[in-house]
Amino acid sequence: MALSVPAIMRTTAARLSALYLLLFALCAVLLVLYMTSLSARMLTGQTQETINDEVLGLARAYQRGGLPVLVRVVEARSRQPGANLYLIADANGQILTGNVQSLEPGVLDNEGWTTSPFSYQRFGEGELDRLRNLPADKGTAQSDQSETQAQGEKGHNAIALVLRLPNQMIMLVGRDLGEPERFRAVIRRSLMLALGMMGLGGLLIWFFVGRAALKRIDSVSEASRRIMGGDLSGRLPVTGAGDEFDRLSENLNAMLARIATLNEGLKQVSDNIAHDLKTPLTRLRNRAEATLSGKQKTSDYRQALEGTITESDQLIKTFNAILMISRLEAGYSSEHTNRVDLAAAVRDVVELYEPVAEEAGVSLDAEVNGAFVVNGNRELIGQALSNIVDNAIKYSTDSTSKPAVRVAIERTRGEIRLSVMDNGQGIPDDADRARATERFVRLEKSRSQPGSGLGLSLAKAVMTFHYGRLDLLPGNPGLSVVMSFPAREDH
Amino acid sequence: MQMPATQPSSEIAYNGHMKILVMEDDREAADYLQKAFTEAGHTAHVAGDGETGFALADAGDYDVMVIDRMMPRRDGLSVIVALRSRGNTTPVLILSALGEVDDRVTGLRAGGDDYLTKPYAFSELLARVEVLNRRASAKEAETVYRVGDLELDRLSHSVRRAAREITLQPREFRLLEYLMRHAGQVVTRTMLLENVWDYHFDPQTNVIDVHVSRLRGKIEKGFDKPILHTIRGAGYMLKGG
Repeated sequence: MALSVPAIMRTTAARLSALYLLLFALCAVLLVLYMTSLSARMLTGQTQETINDEVLGLARAYQRGGLPVLVRVVEARSRQPGANLYLIADANGQILTGNVQSLEPGVLDNEGWTTSPFSYQRFGEGELDRLRNLPADKGTAQSDQSETQAQGEKGHNAIALVLRLPNQMIMLVGRDLGEPERFRAVIRRSLMLALGMMGLGGLLIWFFVGRAALKRIDSVSEASRRIMGGDLSGRLPVTGAGDEFDRLSENLNAMLARIATLNEGLKQVSDNIAHDLKTPLTRLRNRAEATLSGKQKTSDYRQALEGTITESDQLIKTFNAILMISRLEAGYSSEHTNRVDLAAAVRDVVELYEPVAEEAGVSLDAEVNGAFVVNGNRELIGQALSNIVDNAIKYSTDSTSKPAVRVAIERTRGEIRLSVMDNGQGIPDDADRARATERFVRLEKSRSQPGSGLGLSLAKAVMTFHYGRLDLLPGNPGLSVVMSFPAREDH
Repeated sequence: MQMPATQPSSEIAYNGHMKILVMEDDREAADYLQKAFTEAGHTAHVAGDGETGFALADAGDYDVMVIDRMMPRRDGLSVIVALRSRGNTTPVLILSALGEVDDRVTGLRAGGDDYLTKPYAFSELLARVEVLNRRASAKEAETVYRVGDLELDRLSHSVRRAAREITLQPREFRLLEYLMRHAGQVVTRTMLLENVWDYHFDPQTNVIDVHVSRLRGKIEKGFDKPILHTIRGAGYMLKGG
């Protein structure tokens, strides 16, 4: 896969590498600069000491025999190989003797140590260098002056002590700086080399680390694009390395799974809503149409309108139930949850339904002693429980013995279980029992009974809202609907 | 021309004329309410937005206000809060499309006296407005309620009819107490469920009817005159004489 440089630069790894490289380079430069200046100062100090010794010797020679002896000693020393620089000039700076042919102008103007290295040229050197450099120069027309300076700059730098003799003549004793200059050049070269290698290393790290990260991210982006394209079953790649990319992918995959579930639920609900609201709406419309067409008596109109209202009311009820289930399942959070005594809730609902049960010939009993406090919403629990009790009363009437509904509460480990048991035919089939809490599912047997098919779904949503469960268990005989609430911490 | 079934028929004797302010931005719904209240023997004024409604409520002397929660220019709840802070104590019924438990609590906290979720039956709205009417709510302080020859003592929890003691279950007593407090007024099934059982949902089976018919058996059996009447399409009414 071809990577353009800007793409690499856009990775975090590359940016970090660049930053580190820059910091290291800065440190290296500072260190080298410090070391060079330190060693240069040491070398200069040594040079100055040597020159001082030299000057002391010359001073003694001058004291011994005046100028002629001094000149003789200077000339003698000048001729020694590897000699220091010696120069004696008249008061106007005209060179009289020594081994220096020319100097940077102005060096002789001030007495004492030269403040900075200056360039010079020894006797005879100019011709030699010119011969040596001829092939390189290829006949460039340069004046002697510039040639000299170029030579001087090339390596013949020196520091010197300038003295004025009692007869106003000028003496210069100096030392070539060739050695420290070479030392500095070595350090400079090694610095350049180190920086170059650092740069190269940084680039390599950029390339490999950045590319690896880019590759992973590209595969994730690729997978996300596919998923966005509509393939909701697609998942992000997990390499199994267990690194941060894997953790990220795993979490994103979990999120995708959740989205897929919600999406599936939404689709199912909209299908069901379409079916269960369209059917009564169609009935409503047909009835109105039928009433309008043909000759009708006034009482027929009235009857049709009353039917319309009854039908609309049922529609509104269904619609409200759907809305409520959706809100509860969507994690609707209520500020109105507080301590609810399940025993009191059971007593209330049983008391509410007792006359209905009696009228239907069903015995309705509650076995609740003491208080069973949970965190919850009394209204929602009441509604869920009344739906369950309502169902139990309806379905216990097909019992072979005396129809009975029993409500009981028990505390188990970490849970409070509220069971509503009937002794009717129950739901023998396991799959049917599991399906019974789904929205709009009305098992074959129950189609003859009035109801929207939302009662148990609502109860289930209420239990989800309370971080609990709704289970349908086979009774013996009948059905046992169990609402399991998490017990409160303080109990 | 027949009247729609939800409108009160002449058999219901709604007592007392009320001056009602309706704040509702849906023109058709507002017109319908005004017409229906007028046919029920009341006077209704309509405001189409919150600002107009607030101005009318602040200036006029109404018995009951019916306020839609969502209105242009100023929402219903803020109108109620503003009115209450100005010392206006006129009973308010909030109409809203939001019907969750929390929405109801928010509405009542803002200063509403009752809460009705859209869509509603007019008979339900009318019954609730009649009960809210401040001129009729003086009974709260009485300790003994009397309707015809029926007598309920709130302190000793005893019920008598024509000097004969009637034994009631606690819940039946509360049911009768509520019916007697609003004697002569229509009381709907949801009003009973809310006020006697403190539940705000619609039970799948009409449990209230069974409770009422049981109570009726106790207070009417052995007496020649019916006292607890069923109002078709609306609810119940306790009425003596």
